[in-house]
Amino acid sequence: MIKFSGKSVYKGIAVGPAAVLKNHDFQVKREKIEDAEAEIQRVEEAVEKAQEQLVMLYDKAVKEVGEASAAIFEVHQMMLEDEDYRDSVCNMIRTEQVNAEYAVAVTGDNFSEMFAGMDDDYMKARAADIKDISNRLVRCLCGEENMDFGSMEPSVIIAEDLSPSETVQMDKEKILAFVTVHGSTNSHTAILARMMNIPALIGVPMNLEEIHNGQTVIVDGLKSEVIFDPEEEKRREAEAKIQEEKEKLELLQTLKGKENVTLSGRKIHIYANIGSVSDVAYVMENDAGGIGLFRSEFLYLGKEDFPTEEEQFQAYKQVAQMMAGKKVIIRTLDIGADKQADYFHLGNEENPALGYRAIRICLKQTDIFKVQLRALMRAAAYGNISIMYPMITSTEEVRRIFEIVKEVQKELDEIQVPYKVPEQGIMIETPAAVMISDELAELVDFFSIGTNDLTQYTLAIDRQNEKLDDFYNPHHKAILKMIRMVTENAHKCGKWAGICGELGADLELTEEFLKMGLDELSVSPSMVLKVRKAVRESRV
Amino acid sequence: MKTFKYTIKDEVGIHARPAGMLAKEAKKYESKIVIKKGERSAEVTRLMAVMGMGVKHGEEVTVEIEGADEETACKEIQAFFEQNM
Repeated sequence: MIKFSGKSVYKGIAVGPAAVLKNHDFQVKREKIEDAEAEIQRVEEAVEKAQEQLVMLYDKAVKEVGEASAAIFEVHQMMLEDEDYRDSVCNMIRTEQVNAEYAVAVTGDNFSEMFAGMDDDYMKARAADIKDISNRLVRCLCGEENMDFGSMEPSVIIAEDLSPSETVQMDKEKILAFVTVHGSTNSHTAILARMMNIPALIGVPMNLEEIHNGQTVIVDGLKSEVIFDPEEEKRREAEAKIQEEKEKLELLQTLKGKENVTLSGRKIHIYANIGSVSDVAYVMENDAGGIGLFRSEFLYLGKEDFPTEEEQFQAYKQVAQMMAGKKVIIRTLDIGADKQADYFHLGNEENPALGYRAIRICLKQTDIFKVQLRALMRAAAYGNISIMYPMITSTEEVRRIFEIVKEVQKELDEIQVPYKVPEQGIMIETPAAVMISDELAELVDFFSIGTNDLTQYTLAIDRQNEKLDDFYNPHHKAILKMIRMVTENAHKCGKWAGICGELGADLELTEEFLKMGLDELSVSPSMVLKVRKAVRESRV
Repeated sequence: MKTFKYTIKDEVGIHARPAGMLAKEAKKYESKIVIKKGERSAEVTRLMAVMGMGVKHGEEVTVEIEGADEETACKEIQAFFEQNM
């Protein structure tokens, strides 16, 4: 039994087998072999196994993200079938008497270099695909279980850290808990864990080399500890606690269908934050009144190219229709800083959090922005969609956005497709926006306060820097004052104001928010009923 | 031997997916099917070689088909280009 402590980001307990996510490339050793034909036979078997994995990945992706985005796995299957690639591997094994792993790795490097050297951005990007299939083959050859969530049983994910694009690819049904070496309480791992209602521990000083797949793990978010190979008694204890938590959750379920109203009759909307179309299921399960923040990044991350208008339109429309008239607030592209997609070619920045991101990209590269706006406005014809713009710092930005919206409107008129100009609001997440919220309120339909970034910018604390977690006080007076000011300024112009950052789900502040007169709180789906409970018990 | 010329309409040129589909399609025929652009050429069953030619939008390629079933193969492959490239 080995025990580690970490920082808990979601207070729950889980027991299950470990699935170790290793990011580093395989270290392939060159070995001399005797029987070349046997080695080639191993390649054949590995290819077969890799193909099976790819078929499974493809099917899963079709269901979750649609056929267009799933096509990449089909392309990988085709690449594995490529005769030149296969010939090169077999040749090397025969002529140089080397092991299959080495032959595959070298062939992969050669082919990917060929593509990397082409004068075409699309082809350059294929270099990564060839690396990917070669890595997959090497893993199959080593007998290492690939992290293909399709074939995995529900597990505790163990990793150094998780990137947004990795989390996007995960099958949420298969994740019991997260345990990572790095990450801060505001990292994507943390956000995802809260969304999915699963325990997560970060900053755990474990050595990934010493952990193997299938090892039993207890993750205790209440005690902030993780135990590998627990004793039988510990395991029973944990299982009893899981049962207890389950009963508490069932009690919360009785709040479904009830109003968000305090004992004195004050009402507030409780909406949910989501990051993909499939998350709508969590929204419904937890009886949220709408979607207060639909992060549109999922359409852009983990992709090889920009999502098309049609792809986006279908996703937005689907969510609007599923929510059947309930509010769906979609935030336009918030990429940059810690959320990167290669094809944007954003480059490295000295200060990414203060850099080229979100609305700044949209206002500079209006072609990208317009595609999204067209998709959003077309989808708005099918449900109750609102558009929300992130990272606003000035009234000029808002005016410029509205000009672009007008241009898009004209374009849509010309091709005569159904569309609607929906309600448009902005995120308040910079101190600048707070200070001019009186002027901004005259321009837009609503405010949604993004407390994570607002806190980071106000306290000058990097969200991703785990060393600063002790300094990061989400209840800082400055933040609460700002929220009050923004709400008052919205109300003066007859507009509404809400919170869509993590602070909205902070039960210690629910009462305070009700007093401030906030109109809406948008929280992780798993927090909707908990916040409802707090509202219904309040006397405000 | 049968040949036809074709100008690529796809915005991204001959990219991975259509090239892969073409390779699959070509394996249905006995005939040897070769795609040419300038001095470069590749058998269309060889996905990476075809992609490696880097054929772009608006460029013209020549396709040569030679073998027992070249008549049907030519017709079908040409139709495939029209639809997917």
